[in-house]
Amino acid sequence: SCSSRSEAKSGRTDLIFLIRFRHCCLLRNQRCILAYLYDRLLRIRALRWEYGSILPNTIQFHMSAEEVEWFNQYKKSLATYMRSVGGEEGLDLTQDIKPPKSLYIEVRCLRDYGEFEIDDGTTVLLKKNSQHFLPRWKCEQLIRQGVLEHILS
Amino acid sequence: SLVQGSKLEVPLWLAKGLHDSKRRIISVELPKIYKEAWRTVFSADANVVDLHKMGPYYYGFGSQLLNFDNPENPDIAQTILQTFISRFRRIMDSSQNAYNEDTSALVARLDELERALFRAGQKGLNDFQCWEKGQASQITASSLVQNYGKRKFTDMDG
Repeated sequence: SCSSRSEAKSGRTDLIFLIRFRHCCLLRNQRCILAYLYDRLLRIRALRWEYGSILPNTIQFHMSAEEVEWFNQYKKSLATYMRSVGGEEGLDLTQDIKPPKSLYIEVRCLRDYGEFEIDDGTTVLLKKNSQHFLPRWKCEQLIRQGVLEHILS
Repeated sequence: SLVQGSKLEVPLWLAKGLHDSKRRIISVELPKIYKEAWRTVFSADANVVDLHKMGPYYYGFGSQLLNFDNPENPDIAQTILQTFISRFRRIMDSSQNAYNEDTSALVARLDELERALFRAGQKGLNDFQCWEKGQASQITASSLVQNYGKRKFTDMDG
């Protein structure tokens, strides 16, 4: 009975080892997946700030449904927050990320975009290589999206 | 079907998971750069060592090694810390003084943690120069756009 007890004990030790080993592998796989998904989420969040609130189709095509949903919720949270600060109109935190030096800026068009309306009702034709002197707050998003280039004088 | 006493190479995460101070399933042998012989070299002059060749994650990996209840742990920890302290000054200085030049020689012998620090220093330097030139207010395209530049990125009818 002494030998069968030690046999049982060593069998149990083997089992412990196996269970532990398998559990380690599962946890590791889980960590890798989570790291990957989290990295994607950080990039998606950055898109809201760097690119804008509407993602191009080429990007959305590569996102999972859950990621699109996450982006929409994030957008909503951000919009709610921005409305709640800065008084009646709220404050667009995604604008003027770099400290502005002037109200109007010089821009060059990097590709054909079409007609673009400015605040006083006039429109500008944004054709590739055309240069314009426009209000900074109207151009900011187009510069970030690579349509226009900000030229410093 | 592993026989007791057999030696294996396993990844760190597996060793960590299997290690148990009470049950003694595995024991871990230190990689040579954390052993006494190399520790003496590090304490003599840490600046000459090529930490990238010695396993590019000297600090991170060394810190993780401390999980295995090795009696040499206090000495290992001390060596890792002192190595960092002696090397850091040079890394910080060179990252702040190398502007617009090829830094590959400076960076070649650094481990990954040191490289990240070097890059942070360089970014600070470049941002400052940019500000001095009056470019800090220039709006730039998002990095995403710059990377996808060649592809068609014109689906903006939203």
